[in-house]
Amino acid sequence: MAGTIAFRTGSASSGAAGRPAITEPAPVRWALIGVSLSFLGLFLLIPLAGVFVEAFRKGAGAFFAALRDPAALAAVKLTLLVAAIAVPVNCVFGLAASWAIAKFNFVGKNLLITLIDLPFAVSPVISGLIYILVYGLHGWLGPFLSAHDIEIIFAVPGIVLATLFVTFPFVAREVIPLMQVQGNDDEEAAITLGAGGLQTFFRVTLPNVKWAVLYGVILCNARAMGEFGAVSVVSGHIRGKTSTMPLHVEILYNEYNFVAAFAVASLLALLALATLALKSFVEWRSRRPFAEAPDAAVLEDLSHEH
Amino acid sequence: MADSKRVVVVAVVLVTAIVLGLILIRILGGSGADPDETAGKRAVTLLNVSYDPTRELYQEFNPAFARYWKAKTGQDVVIEQSHGGAGKQARAVIDGLKADVVTLALAYDIDAIARQGGLLAADWQSRLPENSAPYTSTIVFLVRKDNPKSIRDWDDLVKPGVEVITPNPKTSGGARWNYLAAWAFALKKELGDLKALHHPAQAAQVEQAQARAREFVAELHKHVPVLDSGARGSTNTFAQRGIGDVLLAWENEAFLAVNELGPDKFDIVVPSISILAEPPVAVIDKVVEKKGTREVAEEYLKYLYSPEGQRIVARHYYRPAYPQHADPADLERFPDVERVRIDEVFGGWRKAQETHFNDGGVFDQIYQVSK
Repeated sequence: MAGTIAFRTGSASSGAAGRPAITEPAPVRWALIGVSLSFLGLFLLIPLAGVFVEAFRKGAGAFFAALRDPAALAAVKLTLLVAAIAVPVNCVFGLAASWAIAKFNFVGKNLLITLIDLPFAVSPVISGLIYILVYGLHGWLGPFLSAHDIEIIFAVPGIVLATLFVTFPFVAREVIPLMQVQGNDDEEAAITLGAGGLQTFFRVTLPNVKWAVLYGVILCNARAMGEFGAVSVVSGHIRGKTSTMPLHVEILYNEYNFVAAFAVASLLALLALATLALKSFVEWRSRRPFAEAPDAAVLEDLSHEH
Repeated sequence: MADSKRVVVVAVVLVTAIVLGLILIRILGGSGADPDETAGKRAVTLLNVSYDPTRELYQEFNPAFARYWKAKTGQDVVIEQSHGGAGKQARAVIDGLKADVVTLALAYDIDAIARQGGLLAADWQSRLPENSAPYTSTIVFLVRKDNPKSIRDWDDLVKPGVEVITPNPKTSGGARWNYLAAWAFALKKELGDLKALHHPAQAAQVEQAQARAREFVAELHKHVPVLDSGARGSTNTFAQRGIGDVLLAWENEAFLAVNELGPDKFDIVVPSISILAEPPVAVIDKVVEKKGTREVAEEYLKYLYSPEGQRIVARHYYRPAYPQHADPADLERFPDVERVRIDEVFGGWRKAQETHFNDGGVFDQIYQVSK
């Protein structure tokens, strides 16, 4: 989806000769630009700026005091922990799934593709409720878990699971289209030259898709940190213990603690902005070396080794 | 080749950044030292699962209890809080949220934990004094400053052009009290005296009055533009987002909104009749047995009835069960209002819940019609 679009714009701009066939008159162009800019300003920029204004309403002292609050720190920590688990796991899964889908045929391939999209289609609330249904005290595995003192729901594992579910498709969705376009030629060449399976993967396949992977990882990370709905269902909302940053913002807001709520919200917004910057950088980088991989050097390396 | 190395570098940098972030937080957050290690005895942790408007109350009560417990036993106690709509919170406890104690908006929700979850004995309400309600409250109106729509009583809520804010009775305990208070008002208006409800001779009039009450409550909900899931959500809708002319609120929530958000913005209006709301508290047997926290959990709830507990309760605008312990200045703030009991008018919580709020009950019927 997003990846496909990015991929297309990437190839279009690399085909440098392309000049627009039709040129709109200047007033139309300015009207279009004006409409989109004012729309973005009204619905995105001003509210975003509002978050920071509210956060600093009572001065920088109150802002930093709010962030040093133990419950706020616990929320930041939990959010980072959840992202640190969810992102690598989904990265490995995404690569495995893309490899399976793009590089060979098997029964149930279409089913797998559909399943990968499931978290995009299902409302996050439902993703949370699924886990309650399975792991809740009266759920399918509830009695077993309770007997063995294993806490999943209303504890960190439940939050990680819910986050994994909603961030599941990001890496796979970015990598699959690219792998499909690239086909198997490079791998076949590598294997003909005597490379083993792992060697082929790490020296040919992975470098080929690295920017797509990174792009997927960044999107996955953004969603993992920002997820509210699914996490809210399984969190139990224990202040300072099972509240991620988005949930903690809600708690603070509901306690009339507006400065603290917006301080945490602005931190979350900053993380998002950093992610966006990183994403733009990756897009810009990935646009350039598209055609050159696997570089001749790799194949040369391989042939030298044998 | 160089590029794939760069990917590895980027990945390493990302991972390092996250790890460093975690360490930094540990250092910043760890300055207070872990209570587990500093205590002579191992610290104990309680989880109090509560409803929406008690946030400020327990923020003050918890440290007071921790001091008391430390002085009494030498043990540190950390009390964790979870807040939300009472129905939602009860649901979470049933699904396995490990609450040592619950302090919810109404007895029905704790009944649900006992019945559906089997997590505490069915007779829980007789374990503590005053029906296990260390504080009571009632429902009042919060209006915009100087009452521009001149809302004085329940009738005025259904006047043309009046927008009423109340949460969803399906998920919020407070909303159920709002709904029942409105119903009781309509009954009283029709019957003159609520004692008529229990006179067999007047069964026909009572039936007619119930029908009128149903019409009144249905009409009232046609004036509700937003149904939030909890009391605090509704307060924010009314106070922060500026929607509606009147908020049906817990008395304590209304006082808090006036104090926190500006006495120059809102007025409290006390209707002619309201309801005696008894938010009860209970220890969750199954959880405390497993965690070995029964003693401290029971003491925690008993401390709500102590002089200090009652003083704190009154300070946060809950009507204390034992007013003699509270500061008289705090008590003066509570207006006189006739508060009907749910047992007298609705035959108890279980009956009220089944008639009005269960799936397919009266609320579902009138709310569908009013949509």
